[in-house]
Amino acid sequence: MKSRKTILFALLTVLLALLFLADLTFGSIRIPLSETINVFFGKSTNNIYSEILLNFRLPKAITAILAGAALSVAGLMMQTLFRNPLADPYILGVSSGASLGVAIVMMAAAALPVAFISSGWGLVVAAIIGAALVLLLVVGVSYKVQNSVSLLIVGIMFGTIASSLVSVLQYFSNPDAIKLFIMWNMGSLSAVTWEYLQILLPVILAGLLLAFMLTKRLNGLLLGENYARGLGIPITQTRILIVTATGILAGSVTAFTGPIAFVGVAIPHIARGLFRSAKHQYLMPASIVLGASLILICDIISQIPTHTLPINTISALFGAPVIIWIIMKRK
Amino acid sequence: MPIVKTRRLSIGYTKGKNSTLVQSNLNLQLRRGEMVCLIGPNGSGKTTLLRTLAGLQEPLQGDVMIDDRNISEFTQQEKALQIALVLTDKVQIENATVKDIVTLGQHPYTHWIGGLTPEGRKKVDEAIRMVHLDDKSGHYLNELSDGERQRVMIAKALAQDTPLIILDEPTAHLDLPNRVEVMLLLHRLAHKTQKSILLSTHELDLALQAADRIWLLNQNEGVIYGVPEDLVIDGSFNRVFQSEAYYFNSTNGNFSMNYTLPKKISVSSSDNTRLYWTLRALARAGYSVESGASTTITITKNGWQMEGKLFETIESLLSTLQE
Repeated sequence: MKSRKTILFALLTVLLALLFLADLTFGSIRIPLSETINVFFGKSTNNIYSEILLNFRLPKAITAILAGAALSVAGLMMQTLFRNPLADPYILGVSSGASLGVAIVMMAAAALPVAFISSGWGLVVAAIIGAALVLLLVVGVSYKVQNSVSLLIVGIMFGTIASSLVSVLQYFSNPDAIKLFIMWNMGSLSAVTWEYLQILLPVILAGLLLAFMLTKRLNGLLLGENYARGLGIPITQTRILIVTATGILAGSVTAFTGPIAFVGVAIPHIARGLFRSAKHQYLMPASIVLGASLILICDIISQIPTHTLPINTISALFGAPVIIWIIMKRK
Repeated sequence: MPIVKTRRLSIGYTKGKNSTLVQSNLNLQLRRGEMVCLIGPNGSGKTTLLRTLAGLQEPLQGDVMIDDRNISEFTQQEKALQIALVLTDKVQIENATVKDIVTLGQHPYTHWIGGLTPEGRKKVDEAIRMVHLDDKSGHYLNELSDGERQRVMIAKALAQDTPLIILDEPTAHLDLPNRVEVMLLLHRLAHKTQKSILLSTHELDLALQAADRIWLLNQNEGVIYGVPEDLVIDGSFNRVFQSEAYYFNSTNGNFSMNYTLPKKISVSSSDNTRLYWTLRALARAGYSVESGASTTITITKNGWQMEGKLFETIESLLSTLQE
């Protein structure tokens, strides 16, 4: 049993590495694999290639990995917290909450110092707060609404409210701010520069670390809250920690790449299916590797047409069928 | 020394500013190595009492003492070392094996990521063996029957290695063989492991057989407690479960239906088993048995004799009576 899981994990890690390389190689400008390798060993003489690879494709690929890992782990934690197989940062409106946070910073906060906004930290903090607030609302509602599909609808409603508030903000904003926000909202991995990665990387690592520290409690939560209490888990504290970790992971990714749909719901299910386990000490690393791979695949696909497609469109093509499959399976 | 003691305990639930009192002034004791069944009509507060004793909800008044220490002073972790729970909450986890669930019982003893100690691993295996699921420990939860699932939850509680196990209706939703088996299992565990086991149940006859002591919850008089047989003989069961439709039959420990018996008949017999079942059939048909009634049934080895005719089955006897 254990060795099967180890082999599987090793295979998935190799796959991830290959996809990472592929993502660097493919693009609107073809760069031969040999050149790619040369650039990374500092032997390349072609300045254009190294500029594209080092300052454009490499940060984009790293962002893809971070986004996939963060959204998948956030989805996994939400599914356990709500005991709902359909929970996911995008579906339950957490990403919309993050958008609202970003919109407020970009459009309404003319009073904020410019440095705070343009540094990226303002976006991250606002997105995390927005994401965590929506999550707290959904947690509150989940006490009243037990049915998983009903909770889903409530989450969608929260998302709609957040989007509407964003529209209201847009109506009252100046054209420059609106343009900035619309660009952001399209969602793109390539918007993340090295400068932004210096923020995104440590924030996501912190979120993942917090998530890993919660694995044991998440396992206990699978039995439901009363049983978890009986096992000695302080429920309120645990819930706050999960909301914080989820807010950090989903919020910070959304702040830089815009909303990316359905990765969070689909990946934990694929991880459970492949590893045939419910234990978070397996599911969390599996979700990280699988989520990172999926976003890399989405990014590679989005490069194929002459105009780069928004990443959100492609991830939805993967994720939406998974949701339909889960609902059908539960009947 | 008792493991659980309550002092002037009032239980109930609070919703907003209103609190509803369910039971008050309870002074109960639960001894080590003893199995206690909590019995009472619906709404008498069985689940509320169990939840309060388990520390899942606050008492309205009074104290719950675990090992002579007030439960309100326990941290969640300390409670988990004293009390293991089996609840009515439905457990549905995809891709979790029997062993995975039972391992969760070791939660209070594992390190931060959930790894077991060698001793903990032994405890888990032992718990699985005690509920007779050794050959299914690698099976997934959704492959099990309801009875097996309940035993998994009991094994989880055993693996928690606490001196006290509290179970809320562990026999609900089980068929009769599984109900008997679960009760017998719990009875044996209490005596073998010296754990105290407290459970609520609606299975009166099983509780009478398996429990060392019964807590009889009653809306009006609080809790009546004692050895099951004493409570039968002093008529406590009859008082608590009073109804026009049935009565507690203290000869066999079952509930019997109250039929209206407008017709009279007399019966004579030397075979007690046949007599017992004949009386039941006659009661269902509306006959009360009185000596000196105009019709007499004589039970013999060959059958039932009435007015010179011999009937081989009760069915034929009844059909003649009802003509």
